[in-house]
Amino acid sequence: MEQGTIVKVAGPLVVAEGLTNSKMYDLVRVGEEGLMGEIIEMRGDRSSIQVYEETEGLGPGDPVTSTGAPLSVELGPGMLGGVYDGVQRPLDALEALTGAFLARGIDAPGLSREATWMFHATAHAGDSVVGGDVIGIVQENEVITHRIMVPPKLSGRIEHIESGTYTVDQPLGSLVDDAGTTHDLIMMQRWPVRVPRPYRRKLSVDEPLVTGTRVIDTFFPLMKGGVATIPGPFGAGKTVTQHQIAKWSNAEVVIFIGCGERGNEMTDVLMEFPELEDPYSGYPLMKRTVLVANTSNMPVAAREASVYTGITMAEYFRDMGFNVVLQADSTSRWAEAMREISGRLEEMPGEEGFPAYLGTKLAAFYERAGKVLALGGPLPPGSASVEEAAADKAVGGTSEPGGHESSEGRDRIGSVSVVGSVSPPGGDLSEPVVQNTLRVVKVFWALQDTLAYERHFPAIDWLTSYSLYLDKITPYWNETVGRGFRERRDRCMEILQRESELAEIARLVGVEALSPDEQVLMETAKSIREDFLQQNAFRDDDQFTSLAKQDLLLKLILHFYDKAREAHAGGASLADIFAAPVRERIARAKYLTEDDFGVFADITSDLETQLVAEGSEEEGV
Amino acid sequence: MTVRDIVGPLMLVEDVEGVTYGELVELEYPDGTSSLGNVLEVNGDVALVQAFQGTQGSNPASTKVRFLGRGLTLGVSRDMLGRVFDGLGRPRDDGPEIIPDERLSINGMAINPTARDFPDDFIQTGISSIDGLNPLVRGQKLPIFSGSGLPHNQLAAQIARQAAVLARSDDPTKVGEKLEGEFAVVFAAMGITFEDADFFMSELRDTAAIERAVLFLNLADDPAVERIATPRMALTAAEYLAYECDMHVLVILTDMTYYCEALREVSAARKEVPGRRGFPGYLYTDLATLYERAGRIKGRKGSITQIPILTMPEDDKTHPIPDLTGYITEGQIILNRDLHRRGVYPPVAVLPSLSRLKQKGIGPGKTREDHADLSNQLFGAYARGIQAKELAVILGEAALSDSDKAFASFADAFEDRFIRQGEHDDRTVEETLALGWELMTLLPRVELKRIKDEYIEKYLPADETAESTVEAPA
Repeated sequence: MEQGTIVKVAGPLVVAEGLTNSKMYDLVRVGEEGLMGEIIEMRGDRSSIQVYEETEGLGPGDPVTSTGAPLSVELGPGMLGGVYDGVQRPLDALEALTGAFLARGIDAPGLSREATWMFHATAHAGDSVVGGDVIGIVQENEVITHRIMVPPKLSGRIEHIESGTYTVDQPLGSLVDDAGTTHDLIMMQRWPVRVPRPYRRKLSVDEPLVTGTRVIDTFFPLMKGGVATIPGPFGAGKTVTQHQIAKWSNAEVVIFIGCGERGNEMTDVLMEFPELEDPYSGYPLMKRTVLVANTSNMPVAAREASVYTGITMAEYFRDMGFNVVLQADSTSRWAEAMREISGRLEEMPGEEGFPAYLGTKLAAFYERAGKVLALGGPLPPGSASVEEAAADKAVGGTSEPGGHESSEGRDRIGSVSVVGSVSPPGGDLSEPVVQNTLRVVKVFWALQDTLAYERHFPAIDWLTSYSLYLDKITPYWNETVGRGFRERRDRCMEILQRESELAEIARLVGVEALSPDEQVLMETAKSIREDFLQQNAFRDDDQFTSLAKQDLLLKLILHFYDKAREAHAGGASLADIFAAPVRERIARAKYLTEDDFGVFADITSDLETQLVAEGSEEEGV
Repeated sequence: MTVRDIVGPLMLVEDVEGVTYGELVELEYPDGTSSLGNVLEVNGDVALVQAFQGTQGSNPASTKVRFLGRGLTLGVSRDMLGRVFDGLGRPRDDGPEIIPDERLSINGMAINPTARDFPDDFIQTGISSIDGLNPLVRGQKLPIFSGSGLPHNQLAAQIARQAAVLARSDDPTKVGEKLEGEFAVVFAAMGITFEDADFFMSELRDTAAIERAVLFLNLADDPAVERIATPRMALTAAEYLAYECDMHVLVILTDMTYYCEALREVSAARKEVPGRRGFPGYLYTDLATLYERAGRIKGRKGSITQIPILTMPEDDKTHPIPDLTGYITEGQIILNRDLHRRGVYPPVAVLPSLSRLKQKGIGPGKTREDHADLSNQLFGAYARGIQAKELAVILGEAALSDSDKAFASFADAFEDRFIRQGEHDDRTVEETLALGWELMTLLPRVELKRIKDEYIEKYLPADETAESTVEAPA
């Protein structure tokens, strides 16, 4: 433990002398209170330290102690359902220590040392194992079976291993490596947050992350292992959209990083998630969620660290073979934290005062997403969760023909999908954080405040948003949703695109000046907007729509389009067609529950009877 | 210990020892004046000090500097109620010094997110455009984005006068009774004129609310750097009243624009790399440390609700101050110059205004079951009406479709009857909702897509024209 002394204090930045043997990014303890900090610059024997806590009261001469290790997170059972700050201090433990306000210099381990877990060994004494191999499982809660893995850099022969009840740091066995050194096996791993966790290889993404939000799933889908960004001016519904994904996406684990955002928003998540039921498992959502909350008034340096803390946790669950979705709200606040620290270091600024390495850091962060073949061998047999995992693999196996030579479809495949929100100042998308993000992400959900003013939610602009995964997702759609879904989606997109062109003309000369066919198209586009794209996140019967129901809704709307054109060609007046009572039923179809599928057929038959060529009827009379 | 450089409000002091970051400093100038200051940076034996009262009258040779060994604090006590202080918390009225129960650091401490209680108690402000569409909730921070010449002071004073909390009601179709409780108003003035400050004081005095108010005044002719401390003083007092004295505190901070400009002044004097429009890169973090001090805490009775007021330069919402504020606060009430010119008070621009906590504060038990759907429909219909009116300007009214005409006349009626109200008109939430439903009758029923059918059946007033057709044959 090397000790140095402070020579300079400027806000969250402290300069210390005498830490010559420390390394870049080593964790240090600053001052008598032992505030956490990290070395971010070294000049001669002067080290610049970003401090994760308020620095008021520090002065030259105060001690600085190096821990000799970089900022790391503790990984193991007990993370799910937890709420951490940006450097993985559990906030509930801090509350127990100092009350409602966050005092300085307090610390609590990321994983509780008191909690005990029932460990079932799946490996046996004498087994040869490598880093990433699963040696046992812990039923962490009703939803997640935690797989205990050999730390990535360790390999050798298991000397002994025993099932039983342990705390996270009690040895449950031992391992002898090739050099003959014995290592205790414990459940907990430590991993430095700024280093991506290793995997065997990256795989191509092929399955959608279903979110239940219609505009996303149908029009701009995200894949498991994909990356998306939501930029939007304030008040456009960015946070609500992120919450929707956290709540309803079909990932097994959700990591939510509140990075420099509102305290009450985190409270909202904290109070709502334990109440909400996971639509897939039926248990409270919180059981599959880890929250990293570094709100805007908490120290800025810890905000900078929070995204790394979050993604390291996500990678750990990915290594077990889970599909993880990580949400970072908002990456702009993270970039601003970098800017603030960079300014204090008196670095030469790049665009708008952001550091020149902004683009590199953003790209490196998003690149930690992906679908991977996890390190280590296949899941060992012998527990209920393994069957479940095997079923997982069957799906993965069919969609990835060829596979790994030794895998035979039994390897652990996990994914991390990242959804980062961006808060562009003044809604200006040309600013550096948005531009650097757009270079690396594949899905762009453009929120528009004008849509939000009309209370069109989610306010995702269908004309400027995009998803580059459409071609990768089509095989999946054909197989599970039904052939023709892609065509229907593309047709609707075309109608919306046509509408935007016609709207220009209509604005100048009036809707009546358009041809009847065009007027039908305008009405259909309005129906797509109001009856499909608009979705109320706060209505129980509207917040989640399955892919099958999304297809049914599309079919209804397009059926109306075809029928209306047919009816008009047959002589029915446009006014009558547009006023047909069945249209109200179409408008309300989105509120039908998943069991009401029969009603869709009913509405379709209504369409057939109400939208008929009136001319022919009269002829009959 | 000697002063080496004096630059704007900053002083570089050499040969210091044992000085810490943020420490409070007393400065005595050769012309007999004095100032408080604090340490912005300490590097070896050199300290950078910002002087709250400015540096006029100082010189490097004979300025006396004394480091006080503690940060800037405020002595708090219940006796602060009814008193007026200056921007650094010293009595400004003729009353005696406060005998403090405690001295608290004005920077406060961040609330642990797990200790927060979610704000979901509806506050009835008596103003339809707020209660009906963008409701305020206890523990929320809801700024007023205004422009110079707009009546933001009147609006803030009206909210301060009329704010009331309603009891929870077991019947989803009924609104609860008004609750009486201990409340207080903390008012922080930063750089506003005497006249504006006097307006608030007399408004509060008229309703005897002044005895429940604490005022911190840094007026336009007071030192600008002092403004950086003023909102922190006010919020420290508010936290004491809320969390120690169990009061519901409404904090009005005005004008945040001047506060930010003072920050910029100091930042420029320090030669920091500027962000947008010359404001420092840490403006977001700095504002967050103020706004995030609103809220509720589990297990404590009191709460802090914030209404910061800021004047947008050139009514520009994308200016860094309103922009960053909007990213931190839970919504915004935007005032509109066109409405104001047309004589509509309060000139609340309904469409871009937003209350992020509204979903939590309204609905059965809190207000009434139909509140959320109705307000959604009012928003949608008004937006469509505005569009129709724009269309009418280009094409002429005759070119509008029947439904567009209905929406256009709805928009006019909405502005005239729903948004417009008197400065002393205190509408209950039932009155506001009834007004909303009345306006709904102007629209074709098939357009009411955002309201559940059962609410339409229950609350939509019987259509007069429909009634007359029924009566006609009889």
